[in-house]
Amino acid sequence: MGKLNMLPKLHLAIIFVILYAPIFYLIYYSFNSGDSMANFESFTLEHYAAVFHDTRLIVILINTVVIALLSAFMATFIGVFGSLAIFFMRSKPMRKAILSLNNVLIVSPDVIIGASFLILFTLLGVKLGFASVLVSHVAFSIPIVVMMLLPKLYEMSPSLIDAALDLGAAKRDVLTCVIIPYIRPGIFAGFFLALTYSLDDFAVTFFVTGNGFSTLSVEIYSMARTGITLTINALSGIVFLATVILVLGYYLISQKAKAPLTGVKR
Amino acid sequence: MKELLRASGVVLFISIVLLLINVKLNEGHVSSGNGSITVYNWGEYMDPDLLKQFEEETGIRVIYETFDSNEAMMAKIEQGGTSYDIAMPSEYMVEMMAEKKLLLPLDHAKLPNLKHIDADFLDLPFDPNNRYSVPYFWGTLGIAYNPTLLDGQTFESWDDLWHPSLKQQIILVDSARETLGMSLNSLGYSLNSTEAGELQEAKEKLEKLTPNVKAIIGDEVTQLMVNQEAAVAVTWSGQAADMMWENENIDYVVPKEGSNLWFDNMVIPKTATNVEGAHAFINFMLDPQAAAQNAEYVGYSTPNAAALELMDPDIAEDERFYPDESIRRQLEVYQNLGLEMLGLYNDLFLEFKIQQRE
Amino acid sequence: MGLLPMMNKMTPVRFLYAIPYYAWMILFVAAPIALVVYFSFLNLSGQFTLENYRSFFSPVYLKLALSSFWYAFLITLFSLVIAYPTAYFLTKTKHKQLWLLFIIIPSWINLLLKTYAFIGLMGFYGPMNAFLGLFGIGEKQILFTDFSFIFVSVYIFIPFMILPIFNSLDQLNPRLIDASRDLGASAWTTFWRVVLPLTMNGVKSGVQIVFIPALSLFMITRLIAGNKVLTLGTAIEQHFLVTQNWGMGSTLAVFLMIAMFLMMMVTRGNGKGGLFNG
Repeated sequence: MGKLNMLPKLHLAIIFVILYAPIFYLIYYSFNSGDSMANFESFTLEHYAAVFHDTRLIVILINTVVIALLSAFMATFIGVFGSLAIFFMRSKPMRKAILSLNNVLIVSPDVIIGASFLILFTLLGVKLGFASVLVSHVAFSIPIVVMMLLPKLYEMSPSLIDAALDLGAAKRDVLTCVIIPYIRPGIFAGFFLALTYSLDDFAVTFFVTGNGFSTLSVEIYSMARTGITLTINALSGIVFLATVILVLGYYLISQKAKAPLTGVKR
Repeated sequence: MKELLRASGVVLFISIVLLLINVKLNEGHVSSGNGSITVYNWGEYMDPDLLKQFEEETGIRVIYETFDSNEAMMAKIEQGGTSYDIAMPSEYMVEMMAEKKLLLPLDHAKLPNLKHIDADFLDLPFDPNNRYSVPYFWGTLGIAYNPTLLDGQTFESWDDLWHPSLKQQIILVDSARETLGMSLNSLGYSLNSTEAGELQEAKEKLEKLTPNVKAIIGDEVTQLMVNQEAAVAVTWSGQAADMMWENENIDYVVPKEGSNLWFDNMVIPKTATNVEGAHAFINFMLDPQAAAQNAEYVGYSTPNAAALELMDPDIAEDERFYPDESIRRQLEVYQNLGLEMLGLYNDLFLEFKIQQRE
Repeated sequence: MGLLPMMNKMTPVRFLYAIPYYAWMILFVAAPIALVVYFSFLNLSGQFTLENYRSFFSPVYLKLALSSFWYAFLITLFSLVIAYPTAYFLTKTKHKQLWLLFIIIPSWINLLLKTYAFIGLMGFYGPMNAFLGLFGIGEKQILFTDFSFIFVSVYIFIPFMILPIFNSLDQLNPRLIDASRDLGASAWTTFWRVVLPLTMNGVKSGVQIVFIPALSLFMITRLIAGNKVLTLGTAIEQHFLVTQNWGMGSTLAVFLMIAMFLMMMVTRGNGKGGLFNG
């Protein structure tokens, strides 16, 4: 039995080491007094100082975070109702067709999505900038949210809803008290993966942005030709640390808040 | 449900706070008078101090946006939606954009500093009389190599790349014009060749290089060469300069058969709304002091003769990045061969990449 | 089976709230598809042509398509094999929600930066080779191989596989497993006959969410595989960003979409698997 306990722990440990290896590699070089991620010369904090002096970079970072949070939030919202619509769809071929359409944006390479969105926005006369980027990010994040929600919906026992309806619950209550709580893990998964999509996207953002609005990805990719500066490493280090602190903090607070309820929830 | 609502509240709250911070940060930036210009440039391709200096001198605010490929930049300008006042296309792209009527003609009367540019770099075939463009930086394509990894072997000719001792040592550029162009040059043909036979021959010669090819990549080549992962790379002079800055073992040579001469240029796209400000900006960047400062920041070769005199002679007299007349005469600038021809180059290059696996 | 009355009763709700979703589908899915299909019939000078479709069936593009499928398959397979036990073990940890978040956090750091880090990590003199050296395995060329390509791709996609599987496993009724064990089933049988079927929905979601984008991977084919691996994604990117042959690029994209549609049709309808629809 002891062996069985060791193995899972080892497996998880290896996974986490691999997941974080490149990030610690980046952070390690953010302290390099040299100019690149090549040879480590000596320890310095100058790149961190450079981050705080570069207002433009900070503005871009904030843009990136705001776009990610808002787009993930909106995509989750729309995705929840979209997946419900698919779930309650009666005709099976129809359901498959909608689901296939749902996945079109996942299979299309970013350049194509970016180019066609750009054409779309210019046709509609939309001014390129914050709004066009936000809408595009919402658009390409919706499919992932739906994909995270559907398995949860299908795992839900239909008798659950029947029972609620039989007991005279209003439709709205069935939704808010039965379905939504059940698919909650899917909602969070969808939100977090939408964040990933948004933060990672370069090509779509590049095409639909304009008028001085920029995100971190666009900035980083366009630095590739002359070499990505270590300021970006330092910035990533700060963002990483802030994220970890935020996540830990939020987790602790929400644990405390629902402590009396555990056991019932799960 | 409660937890979902709370999480939503947190997300919205954070977003609003961040937006407010951003508004605040942007506020300090708005300077009075003279409006603004939007500069569209490659990332890290201009000293940000110069932007500040320009803003202080003229009162024109600079909005700075970046791109990572000529073609993507053109697509954005073609579609409109943003009023770019300045862009920095490479020479073949200047030709293409002029053809598509995406550029405004420059008013030379507003660019007195144009006189500082080396006459050799003016009035070139891609833009006669510099009607649309002013050179910003220039360079060559050549071989970067690390003699310490090669028992002191050196390079003079493109043909040296085919030497059997270089097995799995060479990194090529992931670009059809460059890679086929190098093969064409090694055969003594022009790198602007449109002869199907010559191109086929070039591709076949390239396929013989396969055993020596370690990888075909893009800008990451700098990191790999600096880390001594690879011994030889076919690369641009700008990238080579970056490598040599980081690793002094590396050397760079322009092969004797000739090579490519490239230019990045300042242009005013037709999307410009502040043409006056754009001219002021170009003229500012042509100022010897500013050009010298910028060249030292970026590390690429400047076409500004007056600026060169202000720079560290170690840099300004470096034959590798400021080659003398005899080498320069061998160099060819890319011509816009048209999309059909570009497609053919790319197809041949793709075939070369595919056969690597077999 | 009780699903029908429920659906009828839910109809008005679904219709009203799903409007934004359908609006999205028309504006950001149907319209781009129409555009891409339209472009796929245009040649370089903007005239109608079927030439692009003809060139698709040339050996070059068929080879690319084949290699796209092969690598997408491998990436999905390895992701699944690694993600399933990870998700399973995660559900057994004390702070499982927190650990799960820590699986996602690395994906929030810019991909290009992480890829550069991998170039360093996998280098000839990098940490990975140093680690291998500890086991007496000499320095190996890791970069620019199939191994490095699949490794980094799996790295990118693994959170997308772990999340849906974790969610399915997490709400699994532990009594079902107990019951199975009580009835004398071995751990393996319990897993194969009880756990896996009940989590099939999560697995399917994960497989789709990894396989579909893996078909059109591009950047890391150059950075990590040094163009030794070529996919349709690379070709599409080239057509849009280098040769400006949007027609041919769109044709390849249409092919990718058709492939995806076929895959969706072939896999049994999402959900309805497992026990509930018998």
